[in-house]
Amino acid sequence: MMDQLQLIGEVLASTIRLSTPLILCCLAGLWSERSGIVDIGLEGKMLAGAFAAAAGAIFFQSVWIGLALAILVSIGFSLVHGYAAIAQNGNQVVSGVAINMLTAGLALVLGNNWFHEGGRTPPLPDTLRFMPLTLPGDAALHQVPVVGLFYQVFSGHSLLTYLTFSLVPLSAWAMTRTRFGLRLRAAGENPHAVDTAGISVSGLRYRAVLIAGVLCGIAGAFLSTSLAAGFIKDMSAGRGFMALAALIFANWRTWPALWACLLFGFLSAAGNVLQGTTVGGVPVPVQFINMLPYVMTVVLLAGFIGKSIPPKASGLPYSKDR
Amino acid sequence: MKAKTHGELPAYVDLVLIPATNLVVALLVAGLVVLIIGENPLTALGLLLKGALGSVRGWSYMLYYATNFTFTGLAVAVAFHAGLFNIGGEGQAYVAGLGAAVAGLGLEFLPWPIALVLGIVAAMAMGALWGFIPGYLQARRGSHIVITTIMFNFIAASLMVYLINNWFRPAGRMAVESREITHIALINLRDAGAALGLALPPSPLNATVFLAGLAAWATWYLLWRTRLGYEIRSVGANPEAAVYGGIKLQRIIMITMAISGALAGLMAVNEVLGVHHRLILEFAGGAGFVGIAVALMGRSHPVGVVLAALLFGLLYQGGAELSFAKPAITRDMIVVIQGLVILFMGALEQAFRPLLASLFFEPEKA
Amino acid sequence: MDNPSVRHEKRPGGDAPPAVELIGIDKRFGPVHANRNVSLAIGKGSIHGIIGENGAGKSTLMSILFGFYAADAGEIRVNGRKVDIKSSGDAIAQGIGMVHQHFMLVEPFSVLENVVLGAEGGALIGPALGRARSVLERLARDYELDVDPDAIVGTLPVGLQQRVEILKALFKGADVLILDEPTGVLTPNEADHLFHILRGLRDQGKTVIIITHKLNEIMAVTDRVSVMRRGELVATVDTKDTSAAALAELMVGRSVLLEVEKGEGHPGATVLAVDHLTWHDGKGVARVRDVSFTVRAGEIVGIAGVSGNGQSELLDLIAGLKRPSQGQILLDGQEIGHLADPARLRELGVAHVPEDRQARGLIMTFEECESAILGWHNDPALGSSLWLDRERVQNRAKADMQAFDVRPQDCHLKSAKFSGGNQQKIVLAREIGRDPKLLIVGQPTRGVDVGAIEFIHRRLIELRDQGKAILLVSVELDEIRSLSDRILVMFAGEIMGERAPETDERELGLLMAGVRPGDKPEAA
Repeated sequence: MMDQLQLIGEVLASTIRLSTPLILCCLAGLWSERSGIVDIGLEGKMLAGAFAAAAGAIFFQSVWIGLALAILVSIGFSLVHGYAAIAQNGNQVVSGVAINMLTAGLALVLGNNWFHEGGRTPPLPDTLRFMPLTLPGDAALHQVPVVGLFYQVFSGHSLLTYLTFSLVPLSAWAMTRTRFGLRLRAAGENPHAVDTAGISVSGLRYRAVLIAGVLCGIAGAFLSTSLAAGFIKDMSAGRGFMALAALIFANWRTWPALWACLLFGFLSAAGNVLQGTTVGGVPVPVQFINMLPYVMTVVLLAGFIGKSIPPKASGLPYSKDR
Repeated sequence: MKAKTHGELPAYVDLVLIPATNLVVALLVAGLVVLIIGENPLTALGLLLKGALGSVRGWSYMLYYATNFTFTGLAVAVAFHAGLFNIGGEGQAYVAGLGAAVAGLGLEFLPWPIALVLGIVAAMAMGALWGFIPGYLQARRGSHIVITTIMFNFIAASLMVYLINNWFRPAGRMAVESREITHIALINLRDAGAALGLALPPSPLNATVFLAGLAAWATWYLLWRTRLGYEIRSVGANPEAAVYGGIKLQRIIMITMAISGALAGLMAVNEVLGVHHRLILEFAGGAGFVGIAVALMGRSHPVGVVLAALLFGLLYQGGAELSFAKPAITRDMIVVIQGLVILFMGALEQAFRPLLASLFFEPEKA
Repeated sequence: MDNPSVRHEKRPGGDAPPAVELIGIDKRFGPVHANRNVSLAIGKGSIHGIIGENGAGKSTLMSILFGFYAADAGEIRVNGRKVDIKSSGDAIAQGIGMVHQHFMLVEPFSVLENVVLGAEGGALIGPALGRARSVLERLARDYELDVDPDAIVGTLPVGLQQRVEILKALFKGADVLILDEPTGVLTPNEADHLFHILRGLRDQGKTVIIITHKLNEIMAVTDRVSVMRRGELVATVDTKDTSAAALAELMVGRSVLLEVEKGEGHPGATVLAVDHLTWHDGKGVARVRDVSFTVRAGEIVGIAGVSGNGQSELLDLIAGLKRPSQGQILLDGQEIGHLADPARLRELGVAHVPEDRQARGLIMTFEECESAILGWHNDPALGSSLWLDRERVQNRAKADMQAFDVRPQDCHLKSAKFSGGNQQKIVLAREIGRDPKLLIVGQPTRGVDVGAIEFIHRRLIELRDQGKAILLVSVELDEIRSLSDRILVMFAGEIMGERAPETDERELGLLMAGVRPGDKPEAA
């Protein structure tokens, strides 16, 4: 009984950890797509952020500078995407694909050149990472049943994780209650309405991709300085796409996005725990758990369960002529 | 007044000058990256060209890579003609490996030429299936093809690990791969050379390269010489007009995605039956994504696709040799160039148009 | 104010400067000269109409005033002061509001959210929403502009959506309100109510500019009217001093009554029989209601009506592009409605010249010879079962081009490169070249030059005389009257009645407005 509770606690704590980058990327996608810019480059920006954070932490011996660099680099790619999508009316999917490749290649080329470890960065010492923070009272209460479980799940995460979870209500509030949120959502639904109201569609969309850049940068920094200790090849491992799936699953809304990311995070955590285990002598096919988020997204998109409706103008370049 | 930006330009500007400019800019940026890591871009370019074109071995590797990229490039290009963006070439090629492997391992009772043809057909069929399902979901259920094909890449990745591990891996073998396919194979360059009395270096280049040429021709013929091709292009150019013309949109979307998947699936013939002679993990190795760059660069025309595939084949082979000579420039540099090509030839396609146009037009008004 | 190019006319509003003055406005889009040196003064507290045919430059002119496009030359004055309007924001700041033909509404937003968009007055929208609620209440009282402020705009009928557009402009403090083709989507009742509202706005001192191509609206609601033709402003007159006929002549620059030489018709057997046909759109609204009529061989049946009254849907139903909700469509006695298959219908002898040739009739990026087989690309004569023989395709295209005098006669030219009239000829040649039994034609001369109009009209009459059945839909009443052997009038999805082509224009006009003879005209 105790063991099982322990296991559940572990899985849930791991869910929160693994959901963190998903939530950040999902919010990034949310801001971008609600403004009308489709972003399948979340993965690449996160990867670039992860590399910049680790490299920056090593060069400047400060995880904070690492984080700042991650955000800056990610913003840089965001602006490239924004320029292609907004100023050049380029194909947004193509631009996203390009950024994913570009970042994957650049991180390894530069990493190899700077650190000579086949693309990885040297492992980061704890002083150059965002380490787990223990909530007050953890030490005393960790062994207490039920309350202990609470601490097991919610204590011991990094600052970035707590930041991420606090960004969700902030994001929901900004999206629905502020002038910026209102205008941004309008730009994603009917940019002509925004333009004729005397507001710059481009301005709104640039700000949206900027936000996406910041969030993906934090997600990247979380990967290389908190979840892992250093950058390794392909460490984003499709999380950017899973976040995209979660975004669709959440019907482009903030709170549902949180639940979708937690669900997908839980599936990843469960997959990790169940790896190599057997149920009644039959090995658990972990691959099926791994593919579940994607299958669920396909099923949802196909309208077999509910229907998800993207912002009407997302992916469409805006020009005055109709 | 500013020079006119959207006037009539000579046809060759759109056809040659703009793509060439975009390619040059992409390569210049890549050169900049090389410069940043402290190498001389020109030296690097020289090594790269020599690596690919300076030896029979280099040529053969280049053609081997180009074979894969032609298939995946054609897959993306065909879908583009119907206005569909198939990002799922990677997954379609991977799943097609099942068809090739099942035929290769299971049809040993048939004479080998028949088994080989069936192997090719089976690979195409599995690729077609993996393309058809997103096509079906787009046509009948309105799911966006881009998202669905991305998801299908991940589903394919997990599914194939499971299948190779649990179904294809012989008991007791540690490596996650099938047993060797001995019954059918596409003849290798070295063996072909030996048969003719030539001593050629070992290389993965095999007879599939001819299949790539055939596929390119067939794609051109399909698109511009058949009624189906006319319908595919109509749907891509103007779906509303196509419907007015009695063309069944949903049917064309599904058929096109199946054709696209089948073309991507041919890549499995090269890898499974031509090179590895077994079903291995991750054999597609990103070629499905290279196909996007190839199709964009080749402007979705089969001739362009073949040329772009050769260029990428050159980059891959030359890049490998380059990284051998200059360890600072790893093979990942190719991925960077790929990304830059997609960025400048796809998303920023029109970025230099005003500049080029201004060279053709005098200012309109004083 | 001593610019010699400005004509100082007597303006309503006495000595006050005009609410809006446009001086020497010039605008080109590539080769198209959309506005040529247009000068216009609009008096404060008046309703000013701008009338002209499609493409006359009315919308461009107003888009310049609203800051949507920048003029190449010219200046704008508001209340006598020269202003620099570079964006819609500048226009709004000058007290100019615009109701666009295609509404600029965010459909998933509530009415309040739409109204405050761009005028939130602070970083948070809460206070603005509250303020907007009370302003809306006041506007509803003052101008009969009531809308539920919490309704989701996408769920409102178009009449109310338009009201939201007007409210948006007024909330932002518009003194000058521009309406672009405001009645195109409205029922006559809604239009009457709109005019009532506009008069109310004028009486409270607002200036209203209304762009339209409908003469009766100009006569009904405006104080002054300006006529535009081919980018030029050809006249500005007081409405009470002019007539619809005089305006029409100014609009087209030629006599509007196109006489087509047409002999006596010799109708034969019934080719098309439409029987109690009904079609519901995606929202369940009946766009075609219980429509029944026949078209016989050797006659042209014209369907008159204001656009948006179900004619387009009717064409689509007969062409197999939509599936009937109820009722039947019979071709030579065979039910074809359930097929909903344009390709099969072509085989059966139904040819279709679509209303919008650019969106549907041609594929603009295709070579002419490829566009020239659209819909007939499965014709066995063009190749074998699977292949298309390029030579045969080109030969057919060339023959068609010659027969219809399409210029330039280059079948490798992209379809987009032909002029409107030539594009229409390409479509017509394709559709009638395959010897159809029934030809359905939508807006055959929209955006077509005069020479081509005559050519197309002659061809249609010839076809009739060859014994084809022709169903003609046009919003040009004159075209309907001069070509048709019988006229059906459609209104709100229903056939209001059948009339002979000689019928008085007024009577047809009443039917088009939904008034049946014997109905008491509704009090305005």
